[in-house]
Amino acid sequence: MIEPLWEVFVRSRRGLSHTHVGSLHAPDATMALRNARDVYTRRQEGVSIWVVRASDITASSPDEKDEFFDPAGDKVYRHPTFYEVPEGVEHL
Amino acid sequence: MNDLLEYTLRLGDDALIAAQRTGEWIAAAPQLEEDVALGNVALDQLGQARSLLQYAGSLDGRTEDELAYFRDEREFRNLQLCELPTGDFAHAMARLLYFATYQHLLYDELRSSADETLAGVAGKAVKEVAYHVDHATQWVLRLGDGTDESHRRMQAALEALWPYTAEMFASDDVVRRLSVAVDPSTLEEEWTRRVTAVIDESTCERPTSSYQHSGGRSGRHTEHMGFLLAELQHVARSHPGATW
Amino acid sequence: MDFQATIDADGRIEPRDAMPDGYRKTLIRQIAQHAHSEIIGMQPEGNWISRAPSLRRKAILMAKVQDEAGHGLYLYAAAETLGVDRADLLDLLHSGKQKYSSIFNYPTLTWADIGAIGWLVDGAAIVNQVPLCRCSYGPYARAMVRVCKEESFHQRQGFEILYTLSKGTEAQKAMAQDALNRWWWPSLMMFGPPDAASTHSEQSMAWGIKRHSNDELRQRFVDMTVPQADVLGLRVPDDGLVYEDGHYRFTEPDFTELYDVVKGNGPCNQQRLSHRVKAHQDGAWVREAAAAYAEKQAARKESAA
Repeated sequence: MIEPLWEVFVRSRRGLSHTHVGSLHAPDATMALRNARDVYTRRQEGVSIWVVRASDITASSPDEKDEFFDPAGDKVYRHPTFYEVPEGVEHL
Repeated sequence: MNDLLEYTLRLGDDALIAAQRTGEWIAAAPQLEEDVALGNVALDQLGQARSLLQYAGSLDGRTEDELAYFRDEREFRNLQLCELPTGDFAHAMARLLYFATYQHLLYDELRSSADETLAGVAGKAVKEVAYHVDHATQWVLRLGDGTDESHRRMQAALEALWPYTAEMFASDDVVRRLSVAVDPSTLEEEWTRRVTAVIDESTCERPTSSYQHSGGRSGRHTEHMGFLLAELQHVARSHPGATW
Repeated sequence: MDFQATIDADGRIEPRDAMPDGYRKTLIRQIAQHAHSEIIGMQPEGNWISRAPSLRRKAILMAKVQDEAGHGLYLYAAAETLGVDRADLLDLLHSGKQKYSSIFNYPTLTWADIGAIGWLVDGAAIVNQVPLCRCSYGPYARAMVRVCKEESFHQRQGFEILYTLSKGTEAQKAMAQDALNRWWWPSLMMFGPPDAASTHSEQSMAWGIKRHSNDELRQRFVDMTVPQADVLGLRVPDDGLVYEDGHYRFTEPDFTELYDVVKGNGPCNQQRLSHRVKAHQDGAWVREAAAAYAEKQAARKESAA
């Protein structure tokens, strides 16, 4: 009998996003959430928890990473540092 | 012994002896996640015990450790339910369901006690034991409504511990005289309602045995208590006066 | 970027990247062994939870042993990203096919041993583990960051136990010295065999799994620990210990003992493994029940929808 694996995401404090912190095994979502509380927030690391069944995550494949991510490489104009700002101009 | 001291020792000893038993699960739980979960429960219980024993000690000039390590069995005021041997995991969850539900109702009332220290301890502890109730509930549901074997074990555990539950609600002169205490007899009805709801949902039967043990509150314990204390106290007692 | 280029650039390998089979196998073996060590390591200290001589110490010890379960859990999860299942790794531990750190096959005989484990064993573990936070395999490195952060209190609480004992009664002082005498050599052996005799080291260094040699880390540990023993007023049980050129020269431990313990002939090998197996077997019906309940609930949800 193999218990499903769950990925755990914790919001460390209000105003921040949930961040992946690790994983654990649990028979169902209810227990996964509780186990996540016990395992990953023993030192007040969180104010909110998500658990997601690992098998429900669709991930990009490392084989596709060239076509996925390289095309963004030459769009330098998306970054503010691309633009020249005349000296003395503020709040821009 | 004055009533407030007596009462505080009851609550503190319950938590201490419960922590001692819960702690036995660390490194012996059915899965790693549960080692961690029961570790949290034991730490909560021990934390409650320390706050209460520190308060009790302040009433008669002893430290928490003098109370925990240098009293004899007949001086301990805990419920027999807390001292019973660990048993299987179903026993652990039955005990936690019974005990934490009781503690939750008790602390919830005690929050409005006129004794500020007791009210303060209760205010913190009530959140902890709410989580214990939830943890026990989740497992009683899973064991009761899991496999045939787990159902049989869960039912057996609920039955085995039931005769130790009435002691939680026994009223006596101490709680009647002491205005800052919660008279536990007022909690029984709601306790029964809550515990019954969980047992029903778990597809187990609520035990009906009417025979009930008692004695813990006056220091009459089961045979198991002596062994428990021997283990808890032996290092401290082998070095009286030492600091650790 | 391919595997070797990533390693050469001191980059991190992530779970779905292509990697040599040997790299994967080495990591699985090492991470699993590390995880096993965490959970077997719960026992020598766990058996003192019930006997801790003050309530404060009891709380600290409970929290520490509980942390070790958590650390085992993080590490098994890191191993699982390499395509193995925790249940299978546990089976390999239970059947003796995978090892755990031999240090946990020594008995904890007195309360001072709890101090010695925290100070020496956790101290040695930290020296071993800090470089692993920069290990080339991302999930292992991230798990180690978490472990190291949480373990920082473990060593201190051990030192504090011994410090209190060494300032205590004669009996307490003797207890502390006895613990140091028994734990010193096994702690030095935690860094593994001498470099000349270490079988896996070279390849692991090339892969960025290991960052320093066994002997290098052992020396670092000794240099760090000897001055601390002075503060405790305890004597390191090594007549050959001398300070020269900024380092403490020490007598080489008797590694035949290490090999013996690894082979299964330590004082507690049987006991540790059978306790672990018993907990696992005793819990089987609980895990089965939870799975059965989850299935029933899922079916109920299905039929209600």
